[in-house]
Amino acid sequence: MSAPENKHPAAIAPADISLEVHDLTVAYHKKPVLWGIDLVVPRGKLVGIVGPNGAGKSTLIKAAMGLLPVSSGWVKVFGEPVKDNLTRIGYVPQRESVDWDFPVSVMDVVLMGRYGKLGLLKRPTKADHDKARECLDKVKMLPYANRQISNLSGGQQQRVFLARALAQESDLYFMDEPFSGVDAATEVAIVELLHELKSRGKTLMVVHHDLPTARSYFDMLLLLNMRVVAFGPTNEVFTNDLLQSTYGGRLTIMSEVAEAVRAKD
Amino acid sequence: MNALIPSFDFQRIFIAPWTSGFETFGWIVLMGFLVTAACGLVGNFLILRRMSLVGDAISHSVLPGLAVAFILSQSRSTTAMFLGALAAGIVTTVLIELIHRKSRVKQDAAIGIAFTSLFALGVILINLYAGKGGVDLDQECVLYGEIAFVPLEPPVMIGGQSFGPTPVVRMALVAAATALLIAFFYKELLVSSFDPALAVSLGINATLIHYALMSWLSVVVVSAFESVGAILVIAMLILPGATATLLSHRLPVMLGLTLLHAAVSAVLGMHLALWLDCSPAGAMVVAGTVLFKSAWIFNPTDGLLRRWFWTRLEKPVIEAT
Ligand SMILES: Nc1ncnc2c1ncn2[C@@H]1O[C@H](COP(=O)(O)OP(=O)(O)OP(=O)(O)O)[C@@H](O)[C@H]1O
Ligand SMILES: [Mg+2]
Repeated sequence: MSAPENKHPAAIAPADISLEVHDLTVAYHKKPVLWGIDLVVPRGKLVGIVGPNGAGKSTLIKAAMGLLPVSSGWVKVFGEPVKDNLTRIGYVPQRESVDWDFPVSVMDVVLMGRYGKLGLLKRPTKADHDKARECLDKVKMLPYANRQISNLSGGQQQRVFLARALAQESDLYFMDEPFSGVDAATEVAIVELLHELKSRGKTLMVVHHDLPTARSYFDMLLLLNMRVVAFGPTNEVFTNDLLQSTYGGRLTIMSEVAEAVRAKD
Repeated sequence: MNALIPSFDFQRIFIAPWTSGFETFGWIVLMGFLVTAACGLVGNFLILRRMSLVGDAISHSVLPGLAVAFILSQSRSTTAMFLGALAAGIVTTVLIELIHRKSRVKQDAAIGIAFTSLFALGVILINLYAGKGGVDLDQECVLYGEIAFVPLEPPVMIGGQSFGPTPVVRMALVAAATALLIAFFYKELLVSSFDPALAVSLGINATLIHYALMSWLSVVVVSAFESVGAILVIAMLILPGATATLLSHRLPVMLGLTLLHAAVSAVLGMHLALWLDCSPAGAMVVAGTVLFKSAWIFNPTDGLLRRWFWTRLEKPVIEAT
């Protein structure tokens, strides 16, 4: 593989590593969907995870958070096994993964982001409510704070999830397709938010489906298709060859890739 | 006709139970309320997790638990029966999870497989055992307890003072504990029901919460149905929560409405049972169902009537503006 992936893991000082994945293999019903994943992600990076449907992007995120049993390998977050450092991880799931008829308000959902810091038997305090309101304001959802969540549009639901992740005040974020179903203006607002988080030293791992914008949004790209095809700075990784091997020469996507690469040159 | 619908004697049906008959009917209503409240509170979370039928499953699959407890302890003591039933309830939950997680069978089918197989096992155990010594144990005594007999149970005496029939006192403790547990672990229950993945990322053990909820469900179901019968338990795991779902979109409000539903169906059910001279448990379920249907039809925000008005009357107004 010509990829610059993990060429110098040793070159990153241990204190500057946010996420480290070693030889991770995950299987559903004995059928592996992720195979020997090795990753060393530096702190303070905005990383795009790109790959075709079924490449294992969501699976990688879930396995990295310890939500799925793994067949082999390990994951460390800020130098500790992931289960000891869960409170430093924020999570934006794929929107379809929850029941939006659930009897809670927008505010309730954002407050859930604070639960990790509260501990057993504690109720959210006024400070938690203030924080939740601040996070809702950042995603322009404050006017909807008291809405029942089923009365939201898809893009608004996505923003509620983002506000909840912000309220978690984590250092490493996993976001599964945060741009799905949002309009152009919201997408721009979310990208700004991601950059702001990055500038505060947070690391963000974001699953993204649109190749042309992936190139401009992210510092680093992880090209994934069951294995790590490539992982590195966007300008090194976003090449025709690597994208071809990620997407396996599928026609419609290939023309898109060619288009995107041409635009880059 | 007269034989089918008894005459309506206001004094006998509405006044007497609160005056001369209070010693009896007070306990029946209280027991009905406590069972309905405890079941309803837990049931809200079952509905949210789309597991409403687990209660049904557990109430059938306790049978082998009772049989095994009987065989091991050689007695029908309440403690042995309770422990046996509780163990069976937990085995059911684990079995459902195993089938559902480790195969491609969906959860509803897994529930069906788990409880029917355990129930069948219970029937076989009882048959085998009853054949040998004419044992006094059958599924009847488990599934068809009768709430009308509750006032006749021996009272709990502490320091010469009577605190009421044993099943009522036991149920009061269970109902109070249910309310307290929900209050203490509200946020863990909420987040693990809404988004288990987030719960895990918050350091909340969603699996543990799941098993804790199911074990507590077993406690509630088992302590209730020996004295009131399975029908009241199974129905009240779903009816109060379902009614509350129609009336509110806020979980705390729904839990409050659940208690209200419990109180109203217990009282209405008792009057209905007096009128029709039928089982109070069955009548309470009917009353609870009537409450559910009323909420469905008359709910001011999106009840059937309201929807009818929307389509017939309000639309032209919107178009005109
Ligand atoms: N619960 C599951 N049980 C069995 N197989 C699964 C399960 N979830 C995912 N898979 C399989 O694992 C593979 C990877 O799925 P995953 O959801 O991680 O893909 P993805 O890259 O997120 O795809 P998408 O772009 O469609 O979201 C797919 O082949 C999928 O069929
Ligand atoms: Mg996915």
